[in-house]
Amino acid sequence: MLGRLTWDAIPFDQPIPLVTSAVVLIIIFSVLVLITVKGWVPYLWREWITSVDHKRIGVMYVLLGLVMLLRGFADAIMMRSQQALAIGDSQGYLPPDHYDQIFSAHGSIMIFFVAMPFVIGMMNFVVPLQLGVRDVAFPVLNSVSFWLTASGALLINVSLFIGNFARTGWMNYPPLSELAFSPDVGVDYYLWSLQISGVGTLMAGINMVTTILKLRAPGMIYFRMPVFCWTALASNMLIIAAFPVLTATFVMLLLDRYVGMHFFTNDGGGSAMMYVNLFWVWGHPEVYILVLPAFGIYSEVAATFSGKPLFGYRSMVLATLGICVLSFMVWLHHFFTMGAGADVNAFFGIMSMIIAVPTGVKVFNWLFTMFHGRVVFKPPILWMIGFMVTFVIGGMTGVLLAVPPVDFIVHNSTFLVAHFHNVIIGGVVFAIMAGYNYWFPKAFGFTLHEGLGKASFWCWFVGFYLAFMPLYMLGLMGMTRRLQHIPDPSWRPLLLVAELGAVVIFIGILCQIAQLVVSIRTRESRRDLTGDPWDGRTLEWATASPPPAYNFAVLPEVETIDAFWEMKQTGRRAAEPPYQDIEMPRNDPIGFITAFFAVVLGFAAIWHIWWIVILGFIAIVITALVFGWSENREQEISAEEVALMERARLDAGRTA
Amino acid sequence: MEGQHCPTSDTLRRRFWRSGLRRCAAFFAALPALGCTQGVLDPQGPVADAERLLLFNSVEIMLVVVVPVIVATLAFAWWYRSSNTRASRSPSWAYQGGVEFVTWSIPALVVILVGGVCWIGSHQLDPRAPLASDAKPLQVDVVSLDWKWLFIYPDQGIATVNQVVIPVGTPVNFHLTSATVMNSFFVPQLGSQIYTMAGMMTHVNLLATKPGDYQGFSANFSGDGFAEMRFIAKAVPASDFDGWVAKARGAGSALDDPGYAELTKPSKAVPPTTYRSVDPKLFERIVDQTALSPDKARAGNAWCPPAAPKGG
Repeated sequence: MLGRLTWDAIPFDQPIPLVTSAVVLIIIFSVLVLITVKGWVPYLWREWITSVDHKRIGVMYVLLGLVMLLRGFADAIMMRSQQALAIGDSQGYLPPDHYDQIFSAHGSIMIFFVAMPFVIGMMNFVVPLQLGVRDVAFPVLNSVSFWLTASGALLINVSLFIGNFARTGWMNYPPLSELAFSPDVGVDYYLWSLQISGVGTLMAGINMVTTILKLRAPGMIYFRMPVFCWTALASNMLIIAAFPVLTATFVMLLLDRYVGMHFFTNDGGGSAMMYVNLFWVWGHPEVYILVLPAFGIYSEVAATFSGKPLFGYRSMVLATLGICVLSFMVWLHHFFTMGAGADVNAFFGIMSMIIAVPTGVKVFNWLFTMFHGRVVFKPPILWMIGFMVTFVIGGMTGVLLAVPPVDFIVHNSTFLVAHFHNVIIGGVVFAIMAGYNYWFPKAFGFTLHEGLGKASFWCWFVGFYLAFMPLYMLGLMGMTRRLQHIPDPSWRPLLLVAELGAVVIFIGILCQIAQLVVSIRTRESRRDLTGDPWDGRTLEWATASPPPAYNFAVLPEVETIDAFWEMKQTGRRAAEPPYQDIEMPRNDPIGFITAFFAVVLGFAAIWHIWWIVILGFIAIVITALVFGWSENREQEISAEEVALMERARLDAGRTA
Repeated sequence: MEGQHCPTSDTLRRRFWRSGLRRCAAFFAALPALGCTQGVLDPQGPVADAERLLLFNSVEIMLVVVVPVIVATLAFAWWYRSSNTRASRSPSWAYQGGVEFVTWSIPALVVILVGGVCWIGSHQLDPRAPLASDAKPLQVDVVSLDWKWLFIYPDQGIATVNQVVIPVGTPVNFHLTSATVMNSFFVPQLGSQIYTMAGMMTHVNLLATKPGDYQGFSANFSGDGFAEMRFIAKAVPASDFDGWVAKARGAGSALDDPGYAELTKPSKAVPPTTYRSVDPKLFERIVDQTALSPDKARAGNAWCPPAAPKGG
C-alpha cells in the first residue's frame, strides 16, 4: 500500500535531523496559523500564489533562494565545524553516514535551489522591464516553472525528516549512486527533486529566450539591449541546450535504479564514465548559466554607479556569446585524472583557458567603465568591486586547474573546493547581492538600509577570504575534499580559520536579514516615489517603483543603448501620452496545482508507491487539459484606470 | 588604591592587541612551514617536482596580470569616487579602439603563454608515459576496495594492503582498477593522481627520489569509509627492497580466492598487511570482474571489450 514507506523512515534515533525537522515543522505550522488567523490566505492566493506577473514570480524565486540559502548555509556551518573538530583521535559530532548526506545536500541545494532561483528570479523580474515590455512571452508557463522549482526544493527538504538524502556528493557519480552501493531512498530524493525542478528550469529558459527574441519595445534592436538582457539571453540558451542533457542522464540513472538497467553500473556493460561525461556536459555550461547573468548585473551596476555608459558594449556582447559557445567545449577538464591521453587533456585544458580571454575582457571593460567616471559607493558597487578583486583570484586558480598536470596534484582537493567557491561566491553570490540591493527599490518602492547593506558586504567579503584562503593552502598540503575525519593534526589551525570565516559570513547573512527587517519597518521614510532612485540608465527605471501590473502604460520608444538615460537627457518623455486599454493575462492557479501533484508524484516515486504515482500523473495531465480548454484568460485594464494610476504616480514623483 | 592592582582598561586593550598581534604574526609565520611538511609543495620525486614547477610557473605568468588588475580596480574606484574634486571625468567615454585592442590582447597573450605550458606539460607529464631511468621499472597492480587499497606485485608474487613499498630511484609502473566504486589513487608527494574504475584499467608512472613514508589516500569520494581509506607509500633504498620482498614472502598468509572475497567486504582503517603469495591472474580477473565468481567468466561483459588486450 505505501511501498517502501514505513515508520523506520523517520529518524527517531538521530537527534540532529529529528530536532531540526521538529523546529522546521513548528515554524511552518506557526506561519500557516498566523496567515490563516490574520486572514491573509485569500490575499496570498490571489496576489502571489496564482500570480502570473513576471515581477511577482521573480520576487518569489528570490525569496525561495533566500530561504534555501539558510538551509544550505546551515549545512556549510555543520561541515566546517565537523572538520574543525574531527581531527586526530576525535571523530567529531557527525558520523560518516550523516556527514556524507550534509555535503551532498549542501552542494545540490546551493547550486539548484539557491544560485538558480536567485539568478532566474533576477532575470524574470528585470528582463521584461529592461526590454520595455509588459510581461514574459508565456506568463502562465512562467508560474508553472516557478512552482515546479519550488516543488523540487520542497522534496529535497522532505528528505530531512522522511528517509534520508543521498550520500554520494552533489555530482551523484555512479557506481556509488547505483542501487548496489546506495540502496536507500537518498539518491532517489536527489534524482526526483532535480528532475522536477529541472523541467521547471527548462521551461523558464524557453520562456525567457522567446521573450528576448520576440518581445522587445519598439526600436529595441538587439544592439540596443542592455547587457543584462544579452547575458540573460546567453544564459537561457545554455539552459535550453544543457538541461535536457541532465534530464536524460538522470532518466538513465533512474532506469538503472528502478528497472534494473545497466547504463552506468559496474556490471552488465555499463559505464560510469558515460555518466561523468554527460553530467559535466550539463555541468560546465551550468557554471555559465549562473555566472553570465551575474556578469550582466555587474555591467548594469558598474555603469549606473560610475555615471557612465558601460565601456566597450560590443566587446561585452561578443565576450558573452563567446563564453556561451565555448562553455560546451570544456567539460572534460572536470576529470583530467580519468586517464585520457595527453592530446585530449591538453585540448580541453587549452579550450578552458580560452574562456579566460572573453572573461578577462569583461574585467578590463568594467575597469574602464569606472575610469573617468563618478563612482558613488552605494552597496551594489561595493559588491561589484569586491567581486572584481576576488574573481580574478578565482579565475587564476581556475586556469591553474585547467593545466592538466597541475590538476593531477590538486584535483578533488580543497584547493578545488576553494576555487569553485571563489568563483561562485565571488562571482555569482556577490552579483546576486549587488542585484538585490540595486533592484529592491524597483520591486518594492523603497530603498534598503545602506549601512547594514555595507556591513553585510564587508562580512561576506572578509568571511570569504577567511573561509577559503585556508582551503587553498590545505589543498596544497594534501587535504582532499569530503573528509569526515581529518587525519593530520597540523591542519587544525587552518581549519579553525576556515570555521571562523564561515561564522563571519553568517554574521553577513544576519546583517542582510536585519537590513531587510529594518528597511521594511522604516519604509515610509525611504520611499522611492520617482521610480529612479539611482539615476539609472535602462528602461526598468522609467516606470514606477513598484511598477504597475502592466509595467509601462505606453511602451517606450527606444532610440539608443541606455534608452532611459537618453530620454532623461533629451527630455523626450515629458508630455503625457494618450493612454489605451491594456490586455493582461489573468492570474491562474495551474502552476500551483501542477506543482502540488508533482510533489505528490515525486514523493510517491521515491517510496515506490505506484498507485499514487499513477494518480499524480493523471492529475497533472488533467490539470493541463483543463487549462488548455479554458477560456477567458485575459483581463482588460481600461484606459481610464491606466490614466488614473499614471497620473497619481507622476504627481507623487513631482512632490517628492 | 583599588585601581593599583587592576590594569586600566587602556592597558588591557593594548595588551590584548599586542598579544593578539603577536599570535597572528606567529600564526602567519608558521604557515609556510606548514605547507612544506607534506603535500604537493614538498615533492619527493621527478613527477611531483615537475608538476609543482608548472604550478609555480603558471601562477607567476598570471600574477603579472592579476596583481595589476586588483590594484587598478581599487585605485580606479577610489580615485574616481564622486567626492574627489581632482579626478577628471568624461561621462560619455564608452569606446576607444586602442583600449579595446589592449583589453583583448592582454588575456589572449597570457592564455597563449599558459596554453603553451599546458600543451608541453600535458605531454611530458602524461601519467601513462614511462619515466626516464636506468633502472628497470617495477610493476605494481593497485585495486581500490571498500575502503582500503590492495597492492599486488606481479613479478614478486606478493601482495599488500594499505601499504606500498617501493625502491628509491626505480620508476614504478602502476596498473590500477577498482573492485568497487570509483576512487582516485593519490600520493601527493610523488605526484599525479589517477582514477580507479571497475572493469577498466588506468596507468600511472611515479618515482621516489628519497626514502620516506609518504601519505597516500583516495581522492575521490567513495562512501562511508572514505576518510579512512589511506595508505602509506614507503620508499626504501633499492638495496633494502629485495630484503623486504624476501621477508614478505616468508610471512603472512597467501591471498587466495576466499581471502580475496573476505577482503572485498567493506571495512575501514585496515592496518597495513602483507600476503606471502598471490594468484598471478588475480588482478586480471578483478579487471574482468570475474574474481569473485570464476564460473561466471565474463558473462556480464559479453559486449564490453576487456580493458587489456590479451594474446591469442
